[in-house]
Amino acid sequence: MSEGALLDAAMVQTIALTLKLAMITTIVLLLVGTPLAWWLARSRGLWKEVVAAVVALPIVLPPTVLGFYLLIAMGPNSPLTTILGRKLSFTFEGLVIGSVIYSLPFVVNPIRNAFEAMGDRPMEVAATLRSGPLDAFFTVALPLALPGIFTGAILGFAHTIGEFGVVLMIGGGIPGVTKVLSVTIFDYVETLQWGKAHILAGGMLGMSFVVILAMMLIERRLNGARR
Amino acid sequence: MIEAAFKGRLGSFDLDAEFTAPGQGVTALFGPSGCGKTTVLRSIAGLMRLPAGRLVVNGVTWQDGRRFVPPHRRAMGYVFQEASLFPHLSIEANLTFGMRRQKAPARIGLDEVIDLLGIGRLFDRHPTQLSGGERQRVAIGRALLSQPELLLMDEPLSALDRFSKDDILPYLERLHAALSIPVLYVSHDIAEVERLADTLVLMEAGRVRAAGPIADVLANPALPLIRLPDPAAVIDGTVIATDPRYGLSEVAVRGGVMTVPGLLGAVGTRRRLRVLARDISLGRHAPQDTTILNALTARIEGAEETADHQVTVRLRLGADGMGAALVARVSRKSWDMLGLRTGETIVARLKAVALVEPARQAAPQHDKSGIQARPWQS
Repeated sequence: MSEGALLDAAMVQTIALTLKLAMITTIVLLLVGTPLAWWLARSRGLWKEVVAAVVALPIVLPPTVLGFYLLIAMGPNSPLTTILGRKLSFTFEGLVIGSVIYSLPFVVNPIRNAFEAMGDRPMEVAATLRSGPLDAFFTVALPLALPGIFTGAILGFAHTIGEFGVVLMIGGGIPGVTKVLSVTIFDYVETLQWGKAHILAGGMLGMSFVVILAMMLIERRLNGARR
Repeated sequence: MIEAAFKGRLGSFDLDAEFTAPGQGVTALFGPSGCGKTTVLRSIAGLMRLPAGRLVVNGVTWQDGRRFVPPHRRAMGYVFQEASLFPHLSIEANLTFGMRRQKAPARIGLDEVIDLLGIGRLFDRHPTQLSGGERQRVAIGRALLSQPELLLMDEPLSALDRFSKDDILPYLERLHAALSIPVLYVSHDIAEVERLADTLVLMEAGRVRAAGPIADVLANPALPLIRLPDPAAVIDGTVIATDPRYGLSEVAVRGGVMTVPGLLGAVGTRRRLRVLARDISLGRHAPQDTTILNALTARIEGAEETADHQVTVRLRLGADGMGAALVARVSRKSWDMLGLRTGETIVARLKAVALVEPARQAAPQHDKSGIQARPWQS
C-alpha cells in the first residue's frame, strides 16, 4: 500500500466487485420480485401464503443455513450442476443467485405492500377505460407502486452489500470473483489489519447512512406528490 | 336496449335480477342499500362475474353461459362512487386515458365533454387540487371519452356533500339532454332518481320488484314507493306559453295544463314537473276565490288508507281519467266527509308544482362552496 493512499488496489477491487454484485442483484430482484409481489398482492388462493412464507424464510434463517443449502445445490454433485454442465459454487453467478434469494423478502415485501395499499379500484377503473390487464399493470399499477418499488430496490441493494454469511458459504473469498467487502473486512480483522478494516467499515457505515437517508427523503417526496 | 339477467348468491340473500332497459335515456336502478343494485351494475361492467348471467347490450352479447367479455373489451363507461381519478396523472391525462385506448373514431369529442362538464380550467391541475364535485365531473368526462355505448353510474353523488351535489346535478341533467347513449344509474336517493331518470328499475333484496317509465312506477299502488312518507308524482310536459309579467309558464301535460313558476324556456321545451302528494287537495267543484293557480280535472283511480289516518289517493288527469298519474294524500276525515269514491271525477287543486330540474341556464357559473370562484366558459 503506497504511503498516504486511502485505498490500495485490493480494496478498490473488492469495492468494485461488491457494487457490481449489488447492482446486478438489485436488477434481478426487481425483475423477479415485482411480478411475484403483484401475484402475492392480487391472488386470493391459499397457495400464495405458502409461497409468501418461503420467500420470507431468509429473514429468520441464519445465513449459514441458507448458504449451506445453496452450497450443496450449486456444488459439484448437485442435479443443478449436472443440468448446467458446470458448478455455480465459488463463482460470481452463484453469488448473484444466492444474493437474490437472500434479499428477496426485503424487495418483495415493500412492493407487495404498495400493491395492496393501492386496492382493487385503480385496476377496475383502468379496465372500464379499455385498458387490458398488462397495459393497466404498466400504466397504472407500477406508477402507483413506485415508492414501494423504490424502497424495495434500495433495501435489496443495501442488503446485498451488507450480506456476509451466505457469500462466505457459497463464494468463499476469491479476490476479484467472490471476495466482497464484508468478507474483506473479516479478513482484515482476522489478520489484525485494523487500519484497513476501519477504512472499509467506516466507509460502509457512512454510505449506508446516506443511502437510507436519501431513500427516506425521496420516498417522502414521492408520497408528498400524491397527497 | 339492454337485456340483463343475473343470478347468484350474494352475502345473506340470493340475487335473481332480470330486467330490460331502453337503449336511450336514464334508467335508474333504485332500492335500499344492500339490495344488490351495485352488484348488478358491476356485473354489467364485467367487474364481477356471476356464474349464471346473461347480458345483451345493443344486440351484442357481453355474457351468457359460455361467453364472458372482459371489462376492457366492453364498450361501456363506469363512474364509481368515489371519483377514483388516477393520482399519478394530471387531469388531462386522466380524461384522455380511455380515449387513447379506443380505436374506433370518437363520437364524443374532448371539447364537447369539457364544455358539457365545465372542466376546461382544471386541465393542468392534479387530482389532489380539485374539489370533490370537480373530481367527479372529471371522472364522468373520462368515462364518456372512452366512447361508451352504455354509461354506468354507481351512486356518483353519494360520496359528495350537499354543495358538491348541487354543483354536479345540473351537469348530469345537461348530459342527459345532450347524450344519445343510455345511462344506467344506481341510486338509493329518490330525489335524485325523480330528477334524472326516465325509466325506473325498483330492486328489493336481490330481486327486481318493478321496471317501467318512472311516472308509472312511482304511482303504482302495488309498489312501496307510494308508501314513502312524502310521495310525489313526476310528470313530463311541454312548455306551451310563458308569461314574463308574472314569471309563470304554462306546461301541457297529459290530460291538462299546469301553471308553473318560472320562465321555463321557449315554447316546445320539455320539462319535468314534480307534485308532492301533500300539496294536492281534492274537491267536487272548481275553486273560486282562491290563490291556487292549478285546479285540474282528474279521476280517482283508487285509494288506500295509511296507518296515520290518511288516505293515499291515486288520480289520473283529465275528465276521461287517461292522463298523467298523480298521487294525493288527504286526511281520512275529509275523505269521508266528501264521500269520495273510486271512479269519481273531481277537481284536484295543486298548491305547488315544482320543476324537478332547475331551469337550464342555472348550470353553475361558480362553485357554490364559495371557496373559489371558478367561472367557466365554453
